[in-house]
Amino acid sequence: MSGPSPERLAPDDAGGLMWEPVAESLPTPQLAALQIERLRAMLENAYANVPFYRKKLDQAGLKPGDVSCHDDLAGLPFTTKIDLRDHYPFGMFARPRDQIVRVHASSGTTGNPTTVGYTRADIDTWGDLIARTLAAGGVKPGDLLQNAYGYGLFTGGLGLHFGAERLGCTVVPISGGNTERQLKVMRDFGATALSCTPSYAMYLGDAARDRGLRPEDLPIRVGFHGAEPWTNELRLQIEAGLGIDALDIYGLSEMGGPGVAFECLCKAGMHVNEDHYIAEIIDPETLRPLPEGEVGELVFTTLSREAQPLLRYRTRDLCSLTAAPCACGRTSARMSKPIGRSDDMLIIRGVNVFPSQIEEVLMSIPEIEPHYQIVVDRKGYLDVIEVWVEVGEDIFAETMGDLERFQRLVQAQIYNVLNIQAAVKLKEPKTIQRSEGKAVRVVDRRTAL
Amino acid sequence: MKVTQLTVFLENRSGRLAEVADLLGAAGINIRGFSTTEAAEYGIVRLIVTDPDKARTLLHDAGFTTHFSQVICVRVPDEPGGLARVLDQVAAAGASIDYLYSISFQNICFAVRDIERAIELLAGKVTLLSDEEVRAL
Repeated sequence: MSGPSPERLAPDDAGGLMWEPVAESLPTPQLAALQIERLRAMLENAYANVPFYRKKLDQAGLKPGDVSCHDDLAGLPFTTKIDLRDHYPFGMFARPRDQIVRVHASSGTTGNPTTVGYTRADIDTWGDLIARTLAAGGVKPGDLLQNAYGYGLFTGGLGLHFGAERLGCTVVPISGGNTERQLKVMRDFGATALSCTPSYAMYLGDAARDRGLRPEDLPIRVGFHGAEPWTNELRLQIEAGLGIDALDIYGLSEMGGPGVAFECLCKAGMHVNEDHYIAEIIDPETLRPLPEGEVGELVFTTLSREAQPLLRYRTRDLCSLTAAPCACGRTSARMSKPIGRSDDMLIIRGVNVFPSQIEEVLMSIPEIEPHYQIVVDRKGYLDVIEVWVEVGEDIFAETMGDLERFQRLVQAQIYNVLNIQAAVKLKEPKTIQRSEGKAVRVVDRRTAL
Repeated sequence: MKVTQLTVFLENRSGRLAEVADLLGAAGINIRGFSTTEAAEYGIVRLIVTDPDKARTLLHDAGFTTHFSQVICVRVPDEPGGLARVLDQVAAAGASIDYLYSISFQNICFAVRDIERAIELLAGKVTLLSDEEVRAL
């Protein structure tokens, strides 16, 4: 691939930069035409190379060439997380394995995770989308990005890393945790940009203050925070704590990771990279598209991914889209911060947890009564999860030691399967709320960050 | 000479132990001895009562988790060295004691978070004992 061309990095109208000014400010009609052209190519790729999609389209009586306008999208089949699981590990790939240069996987799931594959070109495109994200916050060659996202199967760490290198800034792959070292590197290396989860940014700000560091002691200027839902109130706290502009970024591993949508310095919604993804908002019950501005489930179709084209992937995130022009000069639609989920997935410290997974663990322990409750709360900025189980006569023995052993056993089982530290609380029989119909299994006491 | 002990699982909630005592008292069951364990969130109450079967049914029906076990009860002479002589015999028999408490009581002692306030509120409602009164028992 060639390096940055002269068309890269032009100022936007909000104090940031556009990495790909032409693509990022494409007039709406041209963007729509480009989307249709790429959608047809995407369908060709999926139809020719992914048996799952060939079958789906055949069943629907559709051919890739049938799509000629945006409205035709609504007639195309959806893809769900279950579809991805069913084709684990590489059954959804549209390229032979020798053309796949990298595989990532989703976090915190029982059984099979969902995998995501990239060709060399996919990695380059991903890098461009992250470079757009960073540039929108004013990051340019010469900046130093402290990348405190976790490195590994999770897409955050390597995603930001390659994007920062593509942009041409210095990247410090410090990964998550070790707060002392984070602060030392931030000061000694003179980091000007930070990427990490919003809760960790908040934590770093507090830790800096506790050590007598003032925001003006740190040269850091801008932060990129995603992988967790957060509010504008938390933004203000992060910004005050570290003396930065804190920007929201959005992505999901199924779409390739971060870089799907990003905020400009207007901080008024996340610009969807519409030349690479088509975003739709649907009613999660009727599955029909909703009018612009209404809150519904976010659905994405990939337009440029070679290795893993996904058609109308249901993210389960609830948000709205606006096509209104943004003061920064980008022409792309903006998505609101996700306000919830259309399924019951919990995000516990960045790990995706479904209550059904906890139930499976509990039900595998024969002594446990079929009544339980999951209580999620937040201590400081960290999520804590409690699992309440009733002590029936099968569990109850004579000594505290027996009860404590039982508690530890359940905690260990949950940790083994879900990789989360849950506190198991023993309750008296009949004290966990029963309900007539669907039991209330999850109590989420977290107020929005 | 085994004695049946009734154990009850209780969450640490104010008034929960009183409920157990109320239920038994109302049914004419006398508590001959009991002990509680301390833990942050829950505990075990061990009871020696005049009618264990009836007590267990009663508590079970009221929604408590209960358990029966067998314990040994021994008379201890109320004099200096009285307890020591009994424990020496237990040790000589090679038995190791999992837990121990005294029964056939007329007085109890317990710890609370705010002792001053508890004393203030209990005064006149129960017979509180002074340090001297306890030494003279």
